[in-house]
Amino acid sequence: MSDTSLGFTRSEYESSLAYGSGDVGDFFALMKPRVMSLVVFTALVGLVVAPGTLHPVIAIAALICIAVGAGASGALNMWYDADIDAIMQRTAARPVPRGRVSADEALTFGTVLAAGSVITMGMLVNWVSAALLALTIGFYLFIYTMWLKRRTPQNIVIGGAAGALPPMIGWAAVTGTVSLESIVLFLIIFIWTPPHFWALALYRTRDYERAGIPMLPVTAGPDTTRSHILIYSLLLAPTGLAPVFIGMGGILYAVLATVLGVAFVALALRVYTRRKGREAEKAAKKLFGFSILYLLLLFAVLLVEHVLDGLTVTGA
Amino acid sequence: MQLSEAQKKRRRSRSIAIAWALAAMAALFFVVTMVRLGANVMNRPF
Repeated sequence: MSDTSLGFTRSEYESSLAYGSGDVGDFFALMKPRVMSLVVFTALVGLVVAPGTLHPVIAIAALICIAVGAGASGALNMWYDADIDAIMQRTAARPVPRGRVSADEALTFGTVLAAGSVITMGMLVNWVSAALLALTIGFYLFIYTMWLKRRTPQNIVIGGAAGALPPMIGWAAVTGTVSLESIVLFLIIFIWTPPHFWALALYRTRDYERAGIPMLPVTAGPDTTRSHILIYSLLLAPTGLAPVFIGMGGILYAVLATVLGVAFVALALRVYTRRKGREAEKAAKKLFGFSILYLLLLFAVLLVEHVLDGLTVTGA
Repeated sequence: MQLSEAQKKRRRSRSIAIAWALAAMAALFFVVTMVRLGANVMNRPF
């Protein structure tokens, strides 16, 4: 931290170490707003596609609780991972390693938000969705962050369950239950997570290596990672079509899921075959970028189809 | 511990943000209670 390559100077870092240095923006950054937005979006889809109705005010309350719960997970993750965040270029500018927010402040902030979001969810929506929200936060902190992340290359495979739970929470907010449909939504994100993160890890291997995180490219090498990405992509394509077979996705969804699934496998194949130099890095970056678009579009179409269905029923 | 002017300013902005968050939470609880009770909010013994 002797220069400005990380976006701040040493004097900035040292002068900010005292208690109470962070502003509102720093605390907002602790909540990982970009991750939070994807979590809220997938939860919204679970909420909309679930059978039954929920008063709009209660639906908004549920989404706020899910957003705050996701933010709590982010803050608690940044509290625990401050040491490795400081080493990795991608995360070095986060509020805790930068010294804007102390680790204690991040822990308190995350704990208050976690407890507040779960209790509010239970009181205002229902206790099944509150329990799932608590499970999500707990899984992300204790199972992924504290246990798996620094110990096994399967960290994001198992830990991915935390990121896959939000649509299930949205579904439970409406129905008060966990059912096959919500499990299918869970599975799509669960199987999508490994190729998404391994594509990133392929071109960030040195970063992970320096921080001592046993991501698959670090422990097994890039070629094994490429094989794993391809296998998961081949699993993801049919899983993405599963909503069609249980009546949750319509024709538009079927077409889009097929096209996107084929494109995902094609990009994974490109990662598999291009193994050297800039071409290899480009292929991994392309797959990483596309994987975000894949999930976004798949869930957006489910949302649109169900909103249109609702309008048709109301119109009839 | 002596806080600098900049730190005092940031602490004030954090306090205001906490106040807004608490007010929003109280409003949320109130509105959801009204939604859940509906017309029954008037139905009580005098």
